[in-house]
Amino acid sequence: MIRIRNLVKKYGDLTAVDDLTLDINENEVFGLLGSNGAGKTTTIHMLATLLKPTSGTATVNDYDIVSQPAKVRASIGIVFQAPSSDDMLTGYENLQLHSMLYSVPRHARRQRIEEVLELVGLTDRRHDQVKAYSGGMRRRLEIARGLLHKPKVMFLDEPTLGLDPASRETMWKYVKRLVEEEKVTIILTTHYMEEADMLCDRIGIIDKGKIVALDTPAGLKAGLGGDIIRIKTKDSIDRVRQFDFVHKVEQSDGFLVLSVKDAKKALPVLLQNVEAESAEFASPTLNDVFIQITGRNIKEQAEGGFMERYAKYD
Amino acid sequence: MQSTISVEDHLTKIYALWLREFKVFMREKSRLVASTFTPILWLFVIGSGFGAANPSTVPGVDYQQFIFPGIVAMSIIFSSVFFGSYIIWDRKFDFLKSVMVAPVSRGSVFVGKTLGGMTTSLIQAAILLAIGGAIGIPFTPLSLVQDVAVILLMSFGLTSLGLALGSYMYSLEGFQMIVSFVVFPLFFLSGALFPLDNLPGWLRALTAADPATYGVDALRHAMLGVGSNSIGFDAAILVGYTAALGAFGIFSFKRMKAV
Repeated sequence: MIRIRNLVKKYGDLTAVDDLTLDINENEVFGLLGSNGAGKTTTIHMLATLLKPTSGTATVNDYDIVSQPAKVRASIGIVFQAPSSDDMLTGYENLQLHSMLYSVPRHARRQRIEEVLELVGLTDRRHDQVKAYSGGMRRRLEIARGLLHKPKVMFLDEPTLGLDPASRETMWKYVKRLVEEEKVTIILTTHYMEEADMLCDRIGIIDKGKIVALDTPAGLKAGLGGDIIRIKTKDSIDRVRQFDFVHKVEQSDGFLVLSVKDAKKALPVLLQNVEAESAEFASPTLNDVFIQITGRNIKEQAEGGFMERYAKYD
Repeated sequence: MQSTISVEDHLTKIYALWLREFKVFMREKSRLVASTFTPILWLFVIGSGFGAANPSTVPGVDYQQFIFPGIVAMSIIFSSVFFGSYIIWDRKFDFLKSVMVAPVSRGSVFVGKTLGGMTTSLIQAAILLAIGGAIGIPFTPLSLVQDVAVILLMSFGLTSLGLALGSYMYSLEGFQMIVSFVVFPLFFLSGALFPLDNLPGWLRALTAADPATYGVDALRHAMLGVGSNSIGFDAAILVGYTAALGAFGIFSFKRMKAV
């Protein structure tokens, strides 16, 4: 559905997107995961024809983003980082405006608007001015707007940025519903690990404009080599090391930290043979994957990346 | 067949963009009140004040009536050029981005927005025309048709100018410069407040370069039957300016950055 080939975007000496090559399949939910300023939004803006690449290109729904921008635009829906509806208009009026801009046939407009309102749970509030909407409702209206013309591809750029935890979970619910009810390929950017984990079929970790890892969430986590067990014991480290399911043991703060393939199987065996005061295990999270790959925690950088701000004045 | 569908499609998109401007305008009553009040103040305070000091600008026409066409032009100049600042708001609130990412040509975006600006100018001018009737401007059906034609031409040209300038700006503060360097000169040099006939040469030359001069003169012809040029000459220059400013607007919108 999307073929990105050697895509580059430079701002002066700064390379925001660095030779990106990537394929995204039809009906896939693909997550671009990265810290602020990693190049996520710049990539989305290029794919949506809002920014011209410095070099390289991509096709979206088989249309070239450089030579066929109008056809690309008709094929996509997009939810920007910041809500972009006119808050003097009602939700319904915003949708009406965009249904006309996207050439939804006159006879189909009303029904389609009602459908997308229902999908994002805004039917009751459709005749209220958008300025009376909460942040979460505004985002949902944007999703509805992006879906009006039944796009092949939907871009969600940080769909839950700045939402409180409850609204974030509601948003996830609607994105999942969208995947089930509308046949659409979704590209989602986020720097929330659990969001990527929960929603995406595949994840590309992007760092300094490059894709540094690409796999399913489970695959990425499996790449770290299984689970972690921490036990507190008076037994020696060598006694623990003798079990062949233990890949690696380290001592840390009076605990033994074991890398094992499957903690649920290993732990009972271990507890039968080792005298443990306490034991706990954890599966690796995407955050562990991210730290492993980029050497940084995703939350280190402040909100509103330098690159995004810079990009506005291109 | 193909082209018929596509023309209708363009018109639908332009209509959608215009309708948004119109709805927003109708909901912001304070905007209408504020922008209509200023010309009324000029008409009555300057009109009566200077009128008392200088009773015979043009024989048979009192000063208040004399400046009335100029005040209508003033209302158009201010509301049309100011309307350009709304493109900066649209950009600030990302609304513009949502339109730019839609399959709509920049030309249609420009025309839709300009029609919105023209509508607001026309509504304000209509209120002033009603007041004109009350102060004794002798309207006829023909003169009203001429008035509306001139108002539409002027507002199209000046809204284009405002939007074109606004498309290059990222802050509303920057737009304040436009007010000092564009709006006030357009108004003061237009002959809205004084006859052009006995001006010193340098001032006469500046007024001749001001597109609003021809609007004011044409309105004065239509409303009062007096003017410096012939109404045909005024109309021709006005059409020329309007076309050039419209082209400038479309050019500016086409090169405007989306993000």
